[in-house]
Amino acid sequence: MGFELFGLPMIYYIAMIVKVLVVFVFVLLTVAYATYAERKIIGHMQVRLGPMRTGWHGLLQPIADGIKLFFKEEIVPSQSDKFAFLLAPIIALIPAFIGFAVIPFGDTIEVMGYKIPLQIAAFYDTAAGKVVDLNVGVLYILALASVGVYGIVLAGWASNSKYSLLGGLRSSAQMISYELAAGLAIISVFMMSESLSLQKIVADQAGFGWYAFKQPLAFILFFICSIAEINRTPFDLPEAETELVSGFCTEYSSMKYAMFFMAEYANMVTVCAVTTTLFLGGWHGPGFLPGWVWFIAKVYFLIFVCMWIRATYPRYRYDQLMRLGWKVFLPLTLLNIVVTGLIAR
Amino acid sequence: METIFFTIVAAVTVLSGIMVVTCRNPINSALSLILTFFCIATLYVTLDAPFMAAVQVLVYAGAIMVLIVFVIMLLNIRSEVGRRYTHAGIIGTVVGFLMLVLTFNFLNNSSLTGAKGLITTDVINKIGHTELIARSMFTDFLLPFEITSILLLVAIIGAVILSKKKI
Repeated sequence: MGFELFGLPMIYYIAMIVKVLVVFVFVLLTVAYATYAERKIIGHMQVRLGPMRTGWHGLLQPIADGIKLFFKEEIVPSQSDKFAFLLAPIIALIPAFIGFAVIPFGDTIEVMGYKIPLQIAAFYDTAAGKVVDLNVGVLYILALASVGVYGIVLAGWASNSKYSLLGGLRSSAQMISYELAAGLAIISVFMMSESLSLQKIVADQAGFGWYAFKQPLAFILFFICSIAEINRTPFDLPEAETELVSGFCTEYSSMKYAMFFMAEYANMVTVCAVTTTLFLGGWHGPGFLPGWVWFIAKVYFLIFVCMWIRATYPRYRYDQLMRLGWKVFLPLTLLNIVVTGLIAR
Repeated sequence: METIFFTIVAAVTVLSGIMVVTCRNPINSALSLILTFFCIATLYVTLDAPFMAAVQVLVYAGAIMVLIVFVIMLLNIRSEVGRRYTHAGIIGTVVGFLMLVLTFNFLNNSSLTGAKGLITTDVINKIGHTELIARSMFTDFLLPFEITSILLLVAIIGAVILSKKKI
């Protein structure tokens, strides 16, 4: 492996491609089976069985759903803005997936004498003897989250339907409001770790020094705000069936609808991964299991919590949602920053 | 490698910038503007300024443009598509020409010596881009920073007073 490209050994590029493929396939599978898990978990919580017919205990249900959606008729409303209508699901889906580029999901591993960090946008700097990653990783994720709004806004506008438009407007207002509170909630984490790099934040939490223990308020606020930002129950106002049919994706069908659906679940996985990284010690855990197993276990636990919340709480009313975001969460996060500034060091 | 990359990104930036002013549909203009902001963020990354890039996307593409798109959607400007603003064209040409003259004047002047300042790429890589910005913002530029915050506060209070029917 002595071959070099642009001054870096070839294995660097191979490792990068392998990491991207593995993570992408894994997230896709998680997304597919999150839909199954959601139906199963909520089913059992409501004393039902959930899907049972397709495969053993309905295990093939996501595949059946996928095939069904794929073969559905594609309907584009005649009065819609064709270009924006086509663009919206793509814009919704891409930010949901590329957020994983900066999340460290395991310790550095060694392959053929080269050290490879288990994080897509990172490499091992042999001269400095440390892992170099994107040093504004958290901001990258926040930026992507803010771009994801366009998918929904455009979908609402391009469909040229009142339900879609109302759903799109609601959702963008909701996302902007809660983005602010979520961003302010993690500032206290930056203050503790003195870095925006996710590698450094994870390294700081080694040995159960989790920020969830040091910053319990920030942890809870960030998780709730994230759930609100990705439009999940109890904050799924944009697709409140009783008022808005199914909100911004009312006019969508077939694969385009499936893309919104996938984006929603991929967002959930991303949010759970980010929460794990920022507050639950990332891949750190007792040494008898490798780091990535701990990481996956924590992420799956948080996904379960999301579904648990969905099965437990009724939907908020729109004014309640806005009041909660601006009058409760925002002051609390600001207070948390002040207290952190006074107490920490 | 970097030159090729820069050429592609710069071309897309300029093209999308032209699209902003030539598109008839305001939503398409807004979308082009978002693309322009993205390209500018990419250029920041190549200049070793990832913090600027992230903030560019976060603030301009993520927050301000959402509000603009919001307003366009609510006003439903579709009906006004096709109307021509000839005055804007004349004014734009004059302003554009003046900008061009200024740029050439700036480039021809000897004020650009090519000498490097204190903050070189090595310094950025050693201390960190974010840290450098924070340091200068809270030491050398503390007063402008505070004045800006007070200005924003005044704007917020003004917005609240204007939008409230009864105080």
